[in-house]
Amino acid sequence: MRNLIYILQKEFLLIFRDRTILRLIFIMPVMQLLLIPLAADYEVKHISIAVVDQDHSSESQRLVQKVGASNYFRIVATPADYAEATRLVEAGRTDLILTIPPHFSRVLATTGHASLQLAADAVNGVRAGLGTTYALAMVREFQSELHPSPKLAGGGVPLIEVTTASWYNPHVYYPAFMVPGLLAVLVTMVGAFLSSLNIVQEKEAGTIEQINVTPIRKYEFVLGKLIPFWVLGLLSITIGMVVAKLAFGLWPAGSFLTIYVFAALYLVGVLGIGLFISTLTDTQQQATLLSFFIMMIFVLLSGLYTPIESMPRWAQHIAAFNPPSYFVEVIRGVYIKGSTLRDLLPTLIRLAGFALVFNTLAVWSYRKRSS
Amino acid sequence: MFFAFVRKEGKHVLRDRRSLLILLGLPVVMMTLFGFALSNEVKNSNFIVVDRVPDAESIALTARLDESRYFTFVGKVRDEAEIQSYFRRGAARLALVFPAGFDHEMRHLGHSQLRLIADDSDPNTANTVSSYASVIIAQYQAELASGPPGSGGISVEARMLYNPQLKSSYMFVPGVMTLIIMLLGAMMTSVSIVREKERGTMEVLLVSPMNPLMVITGKAVPYMLLCLVDVLIILLLSYGVLDMPGGANIPLLIAESTLFILTTLALGLVISNAVQQQQTAMFVSLVGLLMPSLVFSGFMFPIENMPLPLQVISHVVPTRWFYQIASSIMIKHLGFAAVIKPTLVLVGMTLALLMVSWRTFKQRL
Amino acid sequence: MSEWVIEAEQLTRRFGDFTAVDNISLQVAPGEIFGFLGANGAGKTTAMRIFCGLLEPTSGRARVAGFDAMSEAEKIKQQIGYMSQKFSLYGKLTVKENIRFFAGIYGLSRRELKEKSAEIVDRLGLASSADKQVDELPLGWKQRISFAVATVHKPKVVFLDEPTGGVDPIVRRQFWDMIYESAASGMTVFVTTHYMDEAEYCDRISIMVDGAIAVMGKPAELCAQHGVATIEDVFVSLARKATRQGD
Repeated sequence: MRNLIYILQKEFLLIFRDRTILRLIFIMPVMQLLLIPLAADYEVKHISIAVVDQDHSSESQRLVQKVGASNYFRIVATPADYAEATRLVEAGRTDLILTIPPHFSRVLATTGHASLQLAADAVNGVRAGLGTTYALAMVREFQSELHPSPKLAGGGVPLIEVTTASWYNPHVYYPAFMVPGLLAVLVTMVGAFLSSLNIVQEKEAGTIEQINVTPIRKYEFVLGKLIPFWVLGLLSITIGMVVAKLAFGLWPAGSFLTIYVFAALYLVGVLGIGLFISTLTDTQQQATLLSFFIMMIFVLLSGLYTPIESMPRWAQHIAAFNPPSYFVEVIRGVYIKGSTLRDLLPTLIRLAGFALVFNTLAVWSYRKRSS
Repeated sequence: MFFAFVRKEGKHVLRDRRSLLILLGLPVVMMTLFGFALSNEVKNSNFIVVDRVPDAESIALTARLDESRYFTFVGKVRDEAEIQSYFRRGAARLALVFPAGFDHEMRHLGHSQLRLIADDSDPNTANTVSSYASVIIAQYQAELASGPPGSGGISVEARMLYNPQLKSSYMFVPGVMTLIIMLLGAMMTSVSIVREKERGTMEVLLVSPMNPLMVITGKAVPYMLLCLVDVLIILLLSYGVLDMPGGANIPLLIAESTLFILTTLALGLVISNAVQQQQTAMFVSLVGLLMPSLVFSGFMFPIENMPLPLQVISHVVPTRWFYQIASSIMIKHLGFAAVIKPTLVLVGMTLALLMVSWRTFKQRL
Repeated sequence: MSEWVIEAEQLTRRFGDFTAVDNISLQVAPGEIFGFLGANGAGKTTAMRIFCGLLEPTSGRARVAGFDAMSEAEKIKQQIGYMSQKFSLYGKLTVKENIRFFAGIYGLSRRELKEKSAEIVDRLGLASSADKQVDELPLGWKQRISFAVATVHKPKVVFLDEPTGGVDPIVRRQFWDMIYESAASGMTVFVTTHYMDEAEYCDRISIMVDGAIAVMGKPAELCAQHGVATIEDVFVSLARKATRQGD
C-alpha cells in the first residue's frame, strides 16, 4: 500500500509534466465532438441534376421547371448534349442526368407514348436510387397533370398526406445521436492508447528494468498505472460532456451517476486492454499499431456509425464481445432515453466481466522477469 | 551506400514480425469489415402496420412496400403501445399507420392521411427509412393517377452509371485504400523517425557521410513499399473476393497511389521535424491526420451535407483528393484526363510539404 | 549460509540456439569489488541480469545475498541495487523526486528518506541542481545520481553494468571514489567495464570470452600468470581467441 502511494506520486508528476498527454486530454474531446457530429449527416439531400433538353417545347420546359421547383433537386447545369452531361458526372458535379430527347412532346401528343432518359451516378447507390425514384415520381406527376386520369373523382391526383412522427429524438437532431456515441469512443481511445503507450515508453527508456529490480509487487505496479489513467479517462469524459453541453446543448436525460458508474467500470476494462497491449509489445511503434488495429475494429463494430442489427450475423457475434458496443449503447441510452442504472444492470454485469478478463490477462502477462 | 542503408532499414521493418503481420493484416480486416459488416444501405428494414379496417388500397400499399427491396412486412399491430414494444425490441424500424376508411377517403374525398413512425433513436437510419417509404408512397399515388407504368404515357428509361446493381459496397474500397496509405505513410514514418531522434541515434546517422536527405528517404522507402503491397492486397481482395467489376486502369491507379504515398510521407516528415517524442508524433498523426482524413475524405460522411466551413476545410485535406482520384479510377473507370485536377492538387501539396519539411529540417542542423 | 555474497554454479543461459552464458561458476565475497570483464556480446549483461532476478537461467544455480536467484528472486531484490548500462532514472523527474521515489519503494521511512535525500545531494555537490529535471543534467552527473539511487537502501550487493561509459576520465575517477566508499562500508560491488584501467581498481576480476569465464583472479596475479604488464594485454590476448562478434 505504501509503495502504491510512491508509485502514484511518481506517475502523476510525470503526467503533469507531459504536455502531450495534457493537450490530448483536452484537444481530443473537442476535435472529436465538434468535427464528427457536424460532418456525419447521411441524409440524402441536395441531389443535383443536369437536364439535357433537346426538345425545347413548352411541355419540356414545364417539366424542367417542375423539377427545378421541387425540394428534392437542384438543377446544376443544362448541357447541350448527353456527352457534355457525362463529363459533369465524371467531375462529380452532378448526380443525375435527365435527357428529354428531340421531338419528345410531338411524339407524346401524336402517339400517346414517349420516353425520357434518366442516368444516375450510382457510385453512391443510395443516392442514385433515391434520386431516380424521386425523378420517376415527378415524371408521373407531370404526366398526370398533362392527362388527368378519368379513373378518379375530381380528376386530380389523390393526395396522400404523409406525416412522420418522431418519438425519441423529436427534432431529428443528429448530434443528439452521434455525440453520446462519440463520448463512449473518446473514453475508449484515451484509455487504451495512453495506458498502452505509457508502459511501452518505460520499456523503451529502460526505466521498467530499474523498477523490476526493486521489490515492487506486480499488483502495485499495475494499479500504479491503472489509477492515473483511470482518473484521466474520467476527466476526458467530463470534458467531453461539457463540450457536448456548450456546443450542442446536450445534457443527459438520465443521471450523471449512471454515466460515471459505467464510465468508471468500463475504463477499468479499457485500461486492462491497454496494459495487455503493452505487455505484448516492445516499442511504442508496435504498441501504436496494435492499439490502432484493435481500436479500429472495436469502434467500427461498436454501432456508432452503423447499427449493429443491420450487420451480418457473424459480425453481430463479434460485436457481442466488443466492450465499446455496450458502452456506446449505455451512453446513448442515458443521454437520449434517460435509461437508469436498473435498466442497464445486465450491461453493467457484462462490462464488469470484461474488466475482469482483460485485467487478469494483463496482470498474468506482465512479467517482472523474462523466462 | 544508400541502397545498403535502405536494405538495413528494410530488414529492420521485416524483422518485426508482429508489426508486419498487423500492417499486412490491416487491409484484409478493413476490407472485410467495410465490405461485409458495415453498410449504410438500409435493406429489408422490418416494418409494421396499424390498419384497423383493411381495405383494397391499404392492402395494396402494404404489399407495395413489402415488395420493394427496402422493406419487409413483419406484422400488424393494434396501437402505438404495440409499436413501442416492437421498436424497443428492435423488431421493426418503421410503422405505417392507416386511417380507417383509407380507400374511401382516397377515392371520394381526394385526400387522406398516412402516418409514418420511424424508430428515430438512430436518426440517420430513421431518416433514410422514412424517405424510402415516402418515395414509394409518392410513386404509388402517382400511379393511381396515371395507371400502372408502361400502360401508356411517358416511360422513363433509367440507367445506373458505373454501378448498375446499386451495390454500395464498392465505395469503401478506395476509402480503405486512402486510410491505409495515410496510416502507414504518415504515422508509421513519423513515429519511426522520431524514434531515432528519441534514442539519439539520429545524430549518429546525421554525422555519417550520408546526405541527411538520404537518411530520411532511407527510412521512408520500406514503408513506401509496404504501402504499395497493401494497395495490391486491396486490389486482389476487391477483384478476387468482392467481385468488383474490372476495367479500371490499374497502372494509373498504382501511379496515383505512389503519388499519394509521397504526399503522406511528406506529411510524416513535417510531423517528425516538429516533434521530439514518439508519443507526440503518434497523437499528432492520430488526432491531426487520421481523424480529419476519415471525416473529410468523403467516404464515410458525404461532404456535400457538411456545413460550409467544413466543406471549405475539406479542400486542404489530401485524402479528399486521393479518394476522388481512386474512386474515379476504380469505380467510374475513368482515365487520367478525368483526374488531372485532383492529381495536380496532390502534386502541389506534396511539393509544399516537402519544402516545409526541408526548411524545418535545415533549421535543426 | 555460505560466506559468499554472490555464488554461481555452472550457470547457463540460452536464447534459442545461442548460448549467451556458458556454464559459468564464480564466488564473490562481501565487501569485494569484483570486475566482470569481457568484449561486447561476451555475455556479461546476461549474467548480470540473471543475478538481479531479471532473467531466468536455463540451467545451473545462482545465489545472491543468500537467496536463490531462481526461486527467491523477489527476496533478492530487497538486498541488491542495480544500475543498468542505459541511463534509466525518470528523466522528467527532478533529482530529489527520483531519490524519493526509489527510496520510497525500497521501504525507507519518511525520515530516513529525507535524510538520505539531503545526504546524497550534499555528497554529490548537487545543491544547485537538486530541483532540476534529470534530463537536463550532464551524463556524468546522471551516472553518479544513478549510482546513488541504486544504493539508496544500503543493499548488500550493487550491480553496475558499464557505469562509466561515455564520460571523461575525471568523472570516471569521481565515480570510482563513490564505489570505493561504498565498498569500504561493506557493500559488495559487482561491476562490468570496458576500461582496462578500471579493471586494475578491482579487488578481483574475471574475463568472459564467448559466454564462458576464461580467467579469474586478482589483477596483479593475472598479469603475472600471462607474463604481461597490464590487464589490457591479458584481455587482448584472450579476446583474439574469441569467435563471437560484438554487436
